[in-house]
Amino acid sequence: MKEILEIKCLSRRFGGLQAVNKCEFSVRAHSITGLVGPNGAGKSTLFNLVSGFVRPDSGEIRFAGERIDTLSAHSVARLGLRRTFQIPRELKQMTVLENLLLVPENQFGDRIVSVLSQGKRVREEEGKNLQIARGVLEMVGLSEKATHQAALLSGGQKKLLELARCLMAKPKLLLLDEPTAGVNPTLIRHLMSVLRRVNESGVTLLIIEHNMTVIMELCERVIVMDRGQVIAAGSPSAIQSNKQVLEAYLGGVSA
Amino acid sequence: MIDYAVSILIFACIYGLVALGLNIQWGLTGLINLGQVAFFAVGAYTFALLSKIGMPFPVGVLVATLTGGGFGAAVAMFTPRLREDYLAIVTLGFSEFVRLILLNEKWLAGGPDGIAGIQRPMTIAGFGSEVSFLIIVVVTLAIAFAFTRRIEGFPIGRTLRAIREDETVVSSVGKVTLAYKTRAFMLGAALAGLGGAFFASYLSYISPDMFGPNVSIYVLAAVLIGRQGSSVATLASTALVALLLEGTRILKDYVTFVDGVELAALRLMLLGIALIAIVAVRYGPRRAV
Ligand SMILES: Nc1ncnc2c1ncn2[C@@H]1O[C@H](COP(=O)(O)OP(=O)(O)O)[C@@H](O)[C@H]1O
Ligand SMILES: [Mg+2]
Repeated sequence: MKEILEIKCLSRRFGGLQAVNKCEFSVRAHSITGLVGPNGAGKSTLFNLVSGFVRPDSGEIRFAGERIDTLSAHSVARLGLRRTFQIPRELKQMTVLENLLLVPENQFGDRIVSVLSQGKRVREEEGKNLQIARGVLEMVGLSEKATHQAALLSGGQKKLLELARCLMAKPKLLLLDEPTAGVNPTLIRHLMSVLRRVNESGVTLLIIEHNMTVIMELCERVIVMDRGQVIAAGSPSAIQSNKQVLEAYLGGVSA
Repeated sequence: MIDYAVSILIFACIYGLVALGLNIQWGLTGLINLGQVAFFAVGAYTFALLSKIGMPFPVGVLVATLTGGGFGAAVAMFTPRLREDYLAIVTLGFSEFVRLILLNEKWLAGGPDGIAGIQRPMTIAGFGSEVSFLIIVVVTLAIAFAFTRRIEGFPIGRTLRAIREDETVVSSVGKVTLAYKTRAFMLGAALAGLGGAFFASYLSYISPDMFGPNVSIYVLAAVLIGRQGSSVATLASTALVALLLEGTRILKDYVTFVDGVELAALRLMLLGIALIAIVAVRYGPRRAV
């Protein structure tokens, strides 16, 4: 399987606004692909469509060859396609660790019958998941915050938590919506190396990003959207000199 | 005086069961239920009807609990996606629906006359009927409490709290939120049914007017006063509500400067003031996120 994600003629309208307009592109398996475009171009909406949170009006989405455009969000996630949210959705009243422990699938302790059991199996399972969670926190650099309430994290740390939550699940394809927004510059360098490592472990990344350094250094291919449409796709350097792309950015709302 | 205290304790335990149920639904999972009395009534009537055909006490209690849960599942299924706004309306409507059915369908549940002669459990050797009942209901409450405490502490409780906070996140990690919500609602209704069975048994007579919306309001108050999602706090505040509602009746013997009617109004005022004060402190602007 060369293409892990294939999008064909995908459209979605909100009232009078054509947020996504006959989008067409694909993402190569094991690649890091960038998705750029001015604010309001429809990038986040595209993520919502792919991850099953918003239904397309028309078009096709294939993940690893299978149609997923009629699946609900949880089914898409279960296939190994995970996403972060542009505005972090941390569970504020829980600790950072609890946010991650929510993730593992098919936990015995996550079923009501487990309450009637002796609890040994649940403790073992929790212990195992706790180790995984600590490893993930170590990886993204949030270890020190493990037992903090998620509400107390800074904006950048919340973005890291979003990423950590996805990594807990060992996804096949990861959609990251502006992972570096609000993250401080030193942490961005760290984050980039994390993303590279994640990618090397076999995870395909599709990243919405405004930070051009991140795009240039990480992505092998960039897709450019404007007003709901894909207007260009290619290598980062080719995209940077593309006239249409420059126009979109200069003409669009502050990018 | 002692008899009266025992009776208050019994009622407090019964309401404690109902409130623990609501705490799973609303406190833990964030599912609003303005009609918890419906499942309480279903449990009470199920127990009463089974008692009439001679079913033993434990069977009646068990079936009442299951029936309460069954009705909970039905309500959950008829509420689209178990969304908060729909739930508020459906649960409120359902509780009135249940009460009106009980009131008007004479063949089923005696209509306005209700059902009399409902059985009590056997008395425990060495204790009177009232104290025996108290012991049985306290033990039942303790078991229910241990059960809900465990739910809170287990991964399932974490998932339910996550749903309360942000359902989208829970979907995004691949969990079927609707299934969890349905189960939480069912469990809460089952506990209300259990409470209803004890209520019918203790009073040995029930009628539809005992199952008005005020019952739902009292348990809502108890869960609201308690810390959201905490069984301990729910039980403590149920005791507080029971004390405010029932305990102040005792004042009648000591407070002579107001008459009984005024005192009845004062009791409700006291509960109201306590609620407002607690909500203002607990959910005040400082805590707003
Ligand atoms: N749920 C929604 N309802 C109505 N309009 C929406 C909704 N989601 C997005 N939009 C609109 O769609 C357009 C594209 O938004 P978005 O996908 O967030 O852009 P981007 O992520 O590229 O900045 C915007 O004009 C936005 O206001
Ligand atoms: Mg966006």
